[in-house]
Amino acid sequence: MIRFILLQNRQGKTRLAKYYVPLEDSEKHKVEYEVHRLVVNRDAKFTNFVEFRTHKVIYRRYAGLFFSLCVDITDNELAYLECIHLFVEILDHFFSNVCELDLVFNFHKVYLILDEFILAGELQETSKKAIIERMGELEKLE
Amino acid sequence: MALLGMRGLSVFISDVRNCQNKEQERLRVDKELGNIRTRFKNEKGLTPYEKKKYVWKMLYIYMLGFDVDFGHMEAVSLISAPKYPEKQVGYIVTSCLLNENHDFLRLAINTVRNDIIGRNETFQCLALTMVGNIGGREFAESLSPDVQKLLLSSSCRPLVRKKAALCLLRLYRKNPDVVNVDGWADRMAQLLDERDLGVLTSSMSLLVALVSNHHEAYWSCLPKCVKILERLARNQDILQEYNYYGIPSPWLQVKTMRALQYFPTVEDPNTRRSLFEVLQKILMGTDVVKNVNKNNASHAVLFEALALVMHLDAEKEMMSQCAALLGKFIAVREPNIRYLGLENMTRMLMVTDVQDIIKRHQAQIITSLKDPDISIRRRALDLLYGMCDISNAKDIVEELLQYLSTADFAMREELSLKAAILAEKFAPDLSWYVDVILQLIDKAGDFVSDDIWFRVVQFVTNNEDLQPYAAAKVREYLDKPAIHETMVKVSAYLLGEFGHLLARRPGCSPKEIFSIIHEKLPTVSTSTIPILLSTYAKILMHRQPRDLELQNQIWAIFNKYESCIDAEIQQRAVEYFALSRKGEALLDILAEMPKFPERQSSLIKKAEDTEVDTAEQSAIKLRAQQQMSNALVVTDQRPANGTPPVSQLSLVKMPSMNNNVELSSAEEASSQENGALSIVDPQPPSADVQGDLLGPLAIEGPPGTTVHPEQNVSSGLEHIVDEATAIVPVEEETYSVQPIGNISERFRALCFKDSGVLYEDPYIQIGIKAEWRAHQGKLVLFLGNKNTSPLVSVQAIILPPSHLKMELSLVPETIPPRAQVQCPLEVMNLRPSRDAAVIDFSYKFGNNMVNVKLRLPAVLNKFFQPISISAEEFFPQWRSLSGPPLKLQEVVRGVRPLPLLEMENLLNSYRLTICPGLDPNPNNLVASTTFYSEGTRAMLCLVRIETDPADRTQLRMTVASGDPALTYELTEFIKEQLVSIPIAPHVPTPLVAQPTSSPAALTDPGAMLAALL
Repeated sequence: MIRFILLQNRQGKTRLAKYYVPLEDSEKHKVEYEVHRLVVNRDAKFTNFVEFRTHKVIYRRYAGLFFSLCVDITDNELAYLECIHLFVEILDHFFSNVCELDLVFNFHKVYLILDEFILAGELQETSKKAIIERMGELEKLE
Repeated sequence: MALLGMRGLSVFISDVRNCQNKEQERLRVDKELGNIRTRFKNEKGLTPYEKKKYVWKMLYIYMLGFDVDFGHMEAVSLISAPKYPEKQVGYIVTSCLLNENHDFLRLAINTVRNDIIGRNETFQCLALTMVGNIGGREFAESLSPDVQKLLLSSSCRPLVRKKAALCLLRLYRKNPDVVNVDGWADRMAQLLDERDLGVLTSSMSLLVALVSNHHEAYWSCLPKCVKILERLARNQDILQEYNYYGIPSPWLQVKTMRALQYFPTVEDPNTRRSLFEVLQKILMGTDVVKNVNKNNASHAVLFEALALVMHLDAEKEMMSQCAALLGKFIAVREPNIRYLGLENMTRMLMVTDVQDIIKRHQAQIITSLKDPDISIRRRALDLLYGMCDISNAKDIVEELLQYLSTADFAMREELSLKAAILAEKFAPDLSWYVDVILQLIDKAGDFVSDDIWFRVVQFVTNNEDLQPYAAAKVREYLDKPAIHETMVKVSAYLLGEFGHLLARRPGCSPKEIFSIIHEKLPTVSTSTIPILLSTYAKILMHRQPRDLELQNQIWAIFNKYESCIDAEIQQRAVEYFALSRKGEALLDILAEMPKFPERQSSLIKKAEDTEVDTAEQSAIKLRAQQQMSNALVVTDQRPANGTPPVSQLSLVKMPSMNNNVELSSAEEASSQENGALSIVDPQPPSADVQGDLLGPLAIEGPPGTTVHPEQNVSSGLEHIVDEATAIVPVEEETYSVQPIGNISERFRALCFKDSGVLYEDPYIQIGIKAEWRAHQGKLVLFLGNKNTSPLVSVQAIILPPSHLKMELSLVPETIPPRAQVQCPLEVMNLRPSRDAAVIDFSYKFGNNMVNVKLRLPAVLNKFFQPISISAEEFFPQWRSLSGPPLKLQEVVRGVRPLPLLEMENLLNSYRLTICPGLDPNPNNLVASTTFYSEGTRAMLCLVRIETDPADRTQLRMTVASGDPALTYELTEFIKEQLVSIPIAPHVPTPLVAQPTSSPAALTDPGAMLAALL
């Protein structure tokens, strides 16, 4: 199960944070700080997995952005690693050529997309097409 | 621009981005927060649009790391807005700002419920999403029926149902009672027929959670999971949009295989065949491709398939295929695959017996221990730790020690803990264990917890043989220019206790030991000073009485610390000073510390206790726990991983100190074989015997090759034993387990020592340890599983002869992997007899039943107590027992020719005390002993043996006691020991493994004994 998802840039600014386990605010700040420190200095030739407390973080870097998923120690690493990539593909499709600024100014959209993609810390929908269509429906409602 | 719907929000974000520094940002945010606060206060003036905008702003501010608690209420209240745009913001922001423990959420339960049961699909989705993400127990209790309805509803779009499935999963995790197991199994099975892959993916996650708790209830889902796998992996029967880089939803494949891992087996042969076809296809058909994403996705599926194959314990070829694949993976350059190769090898160790295959890759794994990536190093360390056993412990621990010097700080603590545990678990001998721990402290003192040095002190205290060695070792470390404080502690403690054992060595007089320890005092912290003071007090006790200089020096130190601010130091100084003036009494007060009670290693306990927190219990762990729970009940709180208790650790070899003791157990065995029984080992055999015992898992025992059966000069007793090992009639020899070592040898050895190995084969080692007191005995059987998989259907039945009353405590049915269990056995001797008890022992390994019947060394001489008797006591007794049946005389021919001295030793080893000087003829022997049984009570036995120097093969023996049966039995017993009966050379007797179905032969004790004797 995904414990939390973080999108952070190299400076450690959080662009999106979604927690599927109950954490207090102070704990969230600590987690964000630690995860950033954990992944930012890793060599590109290293694995995409790194232990974090009693869990593990599966992360992937796209340009200056780190996408990190914290999952259970027994979870399938590669499946979650590709789950990150699928998410990025969806964002890329939605924003047509996504960049960090898109995510900054449209953070609320990113939360919406994420809610169609992952729920309760589990994958909900793996069809890019289905999610993009759903987003279209929602836009019409606003 | 359509995306940037809210201008105010964008402006604010730009403003914040343009701030030059953190301080400016804070000012800008504070200004905005002030604004929002005032706007919220005069709520009347706020349009829904404005409200929505401010709440989004708040979320943004929250992401920047600021506190927005004041706005929680606003966010929650938007949930009840009538229109979608506001409602949406309310739901989304609430699920970001709040967690399930916030009270505000309660206020929303009713609205949420109305949205779920209402007819607006969009609202249903919003509500399900929020509950799925942050719903707690209260939500679970009040909403789960409604959520279940949505999931099963045929009128809802898949969009709603997939959300309902995951929402229900969340609620189930919060409170498993919300899903009624009985009712749900069928519905769950129905859900698996779903065509929409989104609903199916979500439902599969739900199923994983359900089966991880109650796999029995969801049997009907198993074939459906296999169908889904076939549909995906074989037929590729799904919409194009669910292919990910050409792979049919890798995520659903992974989840489905995960669910299957919670079912213990796949019974239906057709289903099993289909499943294995799919697995085979995945295993064989996954190639490395250039595209990273495709490669990752296909390997995600492959690794899950590997896990499933390991779980289903497939036919051997499939398992070796897995091992081969993993062997390939751990050697590739691609870091992720290598990482996963190492990780899955470690998992493989937990489920099957592949130790040997994995050991072949040891060198490769050690290379990964030096990888620049800490993630890989960690996996390599875990794997090395998991694959370590007695055969490679030395190599692995030495690698770890070597790596410790260069390892980064993040890993040192774990490394040193693991090295310490392995050294303790698999030490081939205790001196090596001491060496390892001292090196650990030397190289990584900061990372060696107190537990580790406490443990080494316990071992040394409890093992006398080890004390001089350990003391000498720490003494060497003290010569180093700079040593870690922990080293000061451990060396001060050990030298205080055992330094006097070194007194004759250069540099080890009490004075020299004192000064070298005292040199360290200025460098240590206050927590170490009390230890040093104790050491000084002990040195003071052991010094030469005339060494007043040393005494004054130490007294001066005590005086100095009498006014120390630290209470512990002060108290010790005052008390030691006062005590040391007590003269002789000091010796009692400051005597050596008593042995520590045997206890579980706190280190190993620590390692076991580390709980990982996962949403679903790992399938592997689940199984391991189920297996263990059985054994733990009866094993007297012994750790499941087979840690030997303190006193049982290994054979002590003292490399540099005492060369003549270095009789390996193999040498000893062969010397006994050659009939050199008279060599009374200067070292009582207990040390090495315990080594063997302990070794249970760590076996170095002499294999059959070191035994020379043809040279065996055997006694009658042995002859019997031999037959005892000719076990069960061979019917179908499907698979035979060869015992390691010679069973009758082992039994014979145990007849005159109290601990050692009774039986051993490739899977199990049975050790025995006995204590005899008068007519009672306490035996402990140590059943050690040598494998990485459990031994099941373990059974031990005692078949006692009529003169012994025996009671065996419950033997656990399962012995967990590499664990050792202890089964106490109480023995009571009713009357004299030479018959021996038999234990009928069986277990199942894989599909084979192994059954073996072993004689227990509860033999006549165990109930003897040596007694030395004077002439004044002897002769009146001898005379009063005047003739048969109390006194029997017999000429014995065909005696094994023994020098007189050896014969004396032989009798002594059976606890018959030789009484020199009672018989004036130097060719005669007189011996006495006391025999205990319930019937006879303590009864004196007297023996006289007259030998003929001209013909050593005959002698005259006279035996006397107050009980006719005892006299007879003792006569026969001694004859058996002395007479050589030529027998055929030993042939290692194969134990017959029977197919499980055939009944264990010879269960009738009477028939059994008849066959034996």
